[in-house]
Amino acid sequence: MSTSRNGPLIYRQSVWTRLTHWLWAICLFFLLLTGLQIFNAHPHLYFGKQSGFEFDNSFLDIDARRTDAGLIGVTNLFGHEFDTTGILGVQGENVQAFPAALTIPSTRNLATGRVIHFFFAWTLVGTLLVWLVASAINGHLRALAIRGRDIRALPSDIAAHARLKFHHTRDYNVLQKLSYAGVLFVLLPLMILTGLTMSPSFNATAPWLLDVFGGRQTARSIHFLTMLVLVGFFVIHILMILAAGPLNELRSILTGWYRVDPDHKETDHV
Amino acid sequence: MFDRINRRNLLLGGAGLTLGGCKIFDGAKRNDTAMRNFFESASGLTYRTQRLIGGRDRLAREFTEADIRQGQRPNGSTDPQTEDYLTLARDDFADYQLTVTGLVENPVMLSRDDLMAMPSRTQITRHDCVEGWSCIAKWTGVPLGTVLDQARPTDAARFVVFHCYDAIERTLGGIVTYYESIDLVDARHPQTILAYGMNDAPLPVANGAPLRLRVERQLGYKMAKYIHTIELVSDFAGLADGRGSYWADRGYEWYAGI
Repeated sequence: MSTSRNGPLIYRQSVWTRLTHWLWAICLFFLLLTGLQIFNAHPHLYFGKQSGFEFDNSFLDIDARRTDAGLIGVTNLFGHEFDTTGILGVQGENVQAFPAALTIPSTRNLATGRVIHFFFAWTLVGTLLVWLVASAINGHLRALAIRGRDIRALPSDIAAHARLKFHHTRDYNVLQKLSYAGVLFVLLPLMILTGLTMSPSFNATAPWLLDVFGGRQTARSIHFLTMLVLVGFFVIHILMILAAGPLNELRSILTGWYRVDPDHKETDHV
Repeated sequence: MFDRINRRNLLLGGAGLTLGGCKIFDGAKRNDTAMRNFFESASGLTYRTQRLIGGRDRLAREFTEADIRQGQRPNGSTDPQTEDYLTLARDDFADYQLTVTGLVENPVMLSRDDLMAMPSRTQITRHDCVEGWSCIAKWTGVPLGTVLDQARPTDAARFVVFHCYDAIERTLGGIVTYYESIDLVDARHPQTILAYGMNDAPLPVANGAPLRLRVERQLGYKMAKYIHTIELVSDFAGLADGRGSYWADRGYEWYAGI
């Protein structure tokens, strides 16, 4: 654990980085749980401009089916059926695609889910803009820039992460840069754009988005799949924090101060 | 079937739900609570922003005949049973009259022949349900703006309210017939039509015969079916719970451009 070593404390995260980090955390929590509420209103995903009712262009369907043994949850993925009773489709007496524990509100309520979803969608966009401006001014954007030495360090960095051996330095390592930049410059913009592509009003404003994503229903599916990638990022993010020393990591994102390794080369910054 | 099972379970199995879920935010479910109003502030922002960047006359995408791959999926009311509607339907709506009233200089009654004699517009557009699905169909009707020109809204008129035949809800106090409203920007949008035809045939009962609204830059629930009266108003004070629409009174956004 880094905190047991006596490397110096350095001021690593500015107040803007810390503030926007926690605002995103709150936004993504609500967006995920209200998003699953909205999904539950029509738990089917399609490729294309429209939803096939008289033809088949869906690749994910979560349904409830009545059998002799009672209600079962059936998930159909690319034509393969899975019994997901208890998790997807049916949970005990409850019939909905994603379980109540994963939705806001806890009961079927599309209207409220939408209202809260759009509130946090706006908050997320606002926070991203604040972060972008602040990071451009205070130089934090440079911390995410991937340089030649990052590329050269990639194999050894992957090997170090695989052995759960972490270097605590002022700069992000290349895997951190790739994942943070990937979330901020690829995944979140993709969420915002596919979300906007589902808006009939925004379709009239920017019809080219429909062509970029291959139709409204494809955009809806990409929105869902990108959510899964973001959830994957969150899980790995938490695991890495636990493995790298949660107290030091938490201190840096709460107070800005981070304890680097004793042999840290950039201690002259402090 | 999915919906029916769920509703029954919500009624019978409510006890099973009380343990699960993120219940602390369930306070936001009711209209006019502090939490609800806080979250709803974003709906107003969406409306103003989309009006600001969207322009008055930007068109919704129109599709080709090849994109009409299925019938138009009906939902909401699909088979109205109110007495006056059934009477009209028996004669294939020959006696139908659309009333245009409220804040207008020239209240008018228009028969189906009157409407069909007016210049028509046909468009192949995508219908987006608030639930998430989409369906492409061809719609034919008279631009709402043309009808409004005949009635001449007064300067005080700000919204167009649609009163419908279908009973969307039956309560102990009686029936609730569907009502919706849009602003004058959408009312005068070139693609906003009172449709009497669908996919080259007369509009079927399931899809809103004899007359329904198409507002192509909003979600499906805004597109009132079975319209009997169009009323120009300055606000929604006199309309049910005052939010301007059956679904808005039940928590959905009045502006459904997203």
